[in-house]
Amino acid sequence: MLKLLKYLRVRDWITIIFILGFVVCQIMLDLELPDYMGNIVALIQNQGTLNEILIEGLKMLGIVAGSVISTIIVSYLSARVAAGFAKRVRRALFTKVNSFSMEEMEKFSTASLMTRTTNDITQIQQVTTMFLRLALSAPIMAVGAILKIVGKSGTLSWITAIAIVLLLAMLITIFSFVSPKFNKMQKLTDKINGVTRENLTGIKVVRAYNAEKIQEDKFDKVNTELTNTDLFINRMFSIMMPGMQLIMSGLSLAIIWVGAYLIAGGNLDLPNLTIFTQYAMQVLISFLMLSVLFIMVPRAFVSGNRIYEVLKTKNKISNGTITSSQEKGTIEFKNVSFKYPDSDDYVLKNISFTVNKGETVAFIGSTGSGKSTLINLVPRFYDVSEGEVLVDGINVKEYDLKSLYKKLGYVPQKSFLFSGTVEENIKYGDENASDEQVKLALKTAQASFVEKLEGGLNYHISQGGKNVSGGQRQRLAIARAIVRTPEIFVFDDSFSALDYKTDKALRKALKKEISGSTCLIVAQRIGTIMDANKIIVLDKGEMVGMGTHKELMENCKIYQEIAYSQLSKEELA
Amino acid sequence: MKNEQQSTPKMHGPAGRGGTGEKAKNFKKSIKQLLIHLKPYWLPIIIALIFACAGTVFSILGPKILSKITEEIILGILPGASINFVKITTIGLWLVVLYCVSAIFSFTQNFIMSNVTAKISKGLRQDISKKINKLPLKYFDRQSYGDILSRVTNDVDTISQTLSQSLSQMITSITMLIGIVVMMFTISWKLTLVALVSVPISTILVMIFVKISQKHFRNQQNSLGEMNGHIEESYSAHNVIKVFSGEEKAEEKFDAINETLYKSGYKAQFFSGLMMPMMNFVGNISYVVVCIIGGSIALNDITFIASIVAFIQYIRQFNQPIQQVASIAGTLQSTTAAAERVFEFLGEEELANEDDKNAVIKNFKGKVEFKNVCFGYTPDKEIIHNFSEVALPGQKVAIVGPTGAGKTTLVNLLMRFYEVNSGEILIDGVPIQDMKRSYVRSLFGMVLQDTWLFEGTIKENIAYGKPNATDEEIHKACEAANIDHFIRTQPGSYNMVLDEDANLSQGQKQLMTIARAMVENAPMLILDEATSSVDTRTEELIQEAMDKLIKGRTSFVIAHRLSTIKNADLILVMKDGNVIETGKHEELLAKNGFYAELYNSQFTKKHAEVDET
Repeated sequence: MLKLLKYLRVRDWITIIFILGFVVCQIMLDLELPDYMGNIVALIQNQGTLNEILIEGLKMLGIVAGSVISTIIVSYLSARVAAGFAKRVRRALFTKVNSFSMEEMEKFSTASLMTRTTNDITQIQQVTTMFLRLALSAPIMAVGAILKIVGKSGTLSWITAIAIVLLLAMLITIFSFVSPKFNKMQKLTDKINGVTRENLTGIKVVRAYNAEKIQEDKFDKVNTELTNTDLFINRMFSIMMPGMQLIMSGLSLAIIWVGAYLIAGGNLDLPNLTIFTQYAMQVLISFLMLSVLFIMVPRAFVSGNRIYEVLKTKNKISNGTITSSQEKGTIEFKNVSFKYPDSDDYVLKNISFTVNKGETVAFIGSTGSGKSTLINLVPRFYDVSEGEVLVDGINVKEYDLKSLYKKLGYVPQKSFLFSGTVEENIKYGDENASDEQVKLALKTAQASFVEKLEGGLNYHISQGGKNVSGGQRQRLAIARAIVRTPEIFVFDDSFSALDYKTDKALRKALKKEISGSTCLIVAQRIGTIMDANKIIVLDKGEMVGMGTHKELMENCKIYQEIAYSQLSKEELA
Repeated sequence: MKNEQQSTPKMHGPAGRGGTGEKAKNFKKSIKQLLIHLKPYWLPIIIALIFACAGTVFSILGPKILSKITEEIILGILPGASINFVKITTIGLWLVVLYCVSAIFSFTQNFIMSNVTAKISKGLRQDISKKINKLPLKYFDRQSYGDILSRVTNDVDTISQTLSQSLSQMITSITMLIGIVVMMFTISWKLTLVALVSVPISTILVMIFVKISQKHFRNQQNSLGEMNGHIEESYSAHNVIKVFSGEEKAEEKFDAINETLYKSGYKAQFFSGLMMPMMNFVGNISYVVVCIIGGSIALNDITFIASIVAFIQYIRQFNQPIQQVASIAGTLQSTTAAAERVFEFLGEEELANEDDKNAVIKNFKGKVEFKNVCFGYTPDKEIIHNFSEVALPGQKVAIVGPTGAGKTTLVNLLMRFYEVNSGEILIDGVPIQDMKRSYVRSLFGMVLQDTWLFEGTIKENIAYGKPNATDEEIHKACEAANIDHFIRTQPGSYNMVLDEDANLSQGQKQLMTIARAMVENAPMLILDEATSSVDTRTEELIQEAMDKLIKGRTSFVIAHRLSTIKNADLILVMKDGNVIETGKHEELLAKNGFYAELYNSQFTKKHAEVDET
């Protein structure tokens, strides 16, 4: 958390010093007030004139005005510093996450990174504001008020000290009971969400099996537990407010009661007693504020640490320097192996092959065979553990990443679209694409449905592309890659949401329009890849066959198994 | 088990607790519904409120009585007098009793209210959970899960917080306000009038600040929403952004949103933070004025000092209830919005009551007949037109067609997830509309593409349709489904808990859902694209398991891969919601129509050329 403080600029630190100054100023003024009140009491006792009282009163007004002005300045400055701090940390976090490779994304998970960029940052912004206001003022106030009291009466000071100890003891006891329950509460809320979500996602199954009762019982169980925990917390808190009230009232009573004896004994005079009552209350209140801080700060620390954990992560993938190449459209894998850093098993073992310009190479194998991982090595979503991947004759690690990406037209497994118009989404591939190019790309990608959408190319795609179907999304993602006219296409299982007919038409059109480009295709269906120049069969990370469909049908047992499970013998002939 | 991706951080989270922004569409109605919900608890609530009043009254009396001690001291230090300690002790003891009683009262009040609130929110959550299972599936087509989830948690939380705090706070604040004014009058009506001048000023100030900060909070909320959206989009499309070098574009947009968020954020903080100091300021001014005027009175009457001291304590407390009422007004607003969302959900039209539907099939054969069925998900768009077909007992009926052709719709009607617009569906001659929904569903086993398993042991999952199934039945089903071996190799075997950490492949999950259908042992079957999300080798295992399951049962199979349904007794070919061809595989191929085209496009180039649409 403290490491995040480097996101405060020098300017901010100066502002914080100013804030500190104004806080001191405001508190000193506030603390003066009861003194003047004491002066008035003294004036009355000594039969002063109305004028004298008025003068004291005017001085008080001046003090009050000064105090409120200081407070406004403090509020303004602290809000700005805190919001600015949050803004810069958020920005740093966002940029950092953008630079992550897939390995780091997977380590944190997208959902968790999102919470860190949104909720955690809001959390520290709120606490920073609180901190600038309270953490600075509470101790100063406490010290100031104590200084005012200390010389006045030893006995009364002791009474105040006892009250403070009582107050802190009560708060600490309550919170030591309650805070573990807070964590439990959070978990139970997640759980109740989980059970409800489960019921919703499985609603058809639940009804088909007439299992509504089972789900309701499950919900009941969590609900009861949640309610009981909630009840425990609230009951503990029921003690807090009355307890605080009791300690405060008790303190005023004790001071006046004991004060009476002190005055009778000649150890105290009346004005000091009235002042003492008020300062003692100030001290108590500052301690109360401090304890609130102690409750809030640890939470902010949790958020801060979660953010810092992301920021301090070292990027695995470093940028190279090469920006251009002699060869165009070739790929070579040389003894490539890959495994995740903390695992023993290889995902890919000793893979070697070459792809010439304009060739289509397909990868097939069962789930977990490593085919997606393999093509993800080309855009350096991961870096190889051993061996090397060459694009246009140069190791991908040596490329400036942007130049490498420029060569690639990548279509991911999940076809993400961005909120914006269809046109914007297609032009995401190439900002300078002409209308003609966009239209051709859509046509090639079999995305003629665009014309039927309201507004055509100007149809607004909602966030996550939820207002087009899975198959439509996939076709738009393909068009986005086509418009880029890349040297190399990378299709990561990008035809899965298309029905056979569209799949076939698409492949036909692709062949016609992008014949000069090299293609890497990962697919599930034999039909999709039968025409490829080269098919590479993977099984458990190893290459178990390479060749054309015909060759593999003759000499690769795993390929045959896959083929027969999809097609019958006659059809394959 | 959760198949859905994690819910994204919603604006309702801690970030969104501005207590502003949301407004109920119908304030009165929601409040009324909320009150109706409170009705069963009226007795404890009223007791709590009485205790709240009493506690407040006592705490108000405190300073007034305390001032009596000061008075005694002042009288005591007058020249020639001495302090009357007997009297002070009596007053002091009274005060001790008073403070303690007051504390007990407020504690009891809090305690009762927490109990009531806990019960009410528990009840609301339960109602929502039950409601989910009573709503027609139609409802879930237009409502997102996130929305319903946020009603169960966030909205109910908001309501319960208001109930436990605001309700009693409102009463105590008002009691306090009145009490303090009364007390002030008993001390000095002149000073009271001075103090009361500050009331309208404070009120106006509060209103102004609430209004301004609400505006900025709303702006902040909007930018925050926009920010969340942009971040979600950027993070989930991380790969795409990288390869298309879209980082700069994403960061530009981020910066723009970040800047607005920053501006609205600090303004919201600033203005809401100003409220307290401004109230204090007004309080302090009346404090000063009271000192001056009080002082001038005390010049002639020295015991009046005691009154000033007491009065000042009241003035210090005076602004507190005004402020509280203002903030309660704000919370009340978001509470009614939350209540409205909850009650809106609870008030949704439920599935029709079927207590009087008692039709059952006496002698089960398994003949299913669609008779002139018309249906549309929305009334204005009919997608199944006058469909009639008969499936004979034991037949395997396949439904094929391109994505979006309406294959699943037929199943939805068969299971009565949706009701036909006209026409009827008969099982062994009995219309399913005359049977209870639960009865119709008990006739079918179902395996879906979406391999939904829940968090629980493997055993519980497999016995889902028949909770009293014996271990032997379960093991047998798993053996038949080719998953027994896998389960036995897992830690805990059949008692292994399936949760997010359980590392099951799609295929393994699918086999478990098949075992689940086997245990249920329903007389008929529905298989909806059960193998489309697994690789082909696993598919063989599943296919084998399904063939065992189908044996002897009337079954409806929706399939992606046509090779798996070639042996069906009846194939229904659907396109754009219509059944356009029916027949056996060979018959349909011979027709050389849409089915033939579909079938051939899958494998070879021999047949019909693919048109470019």
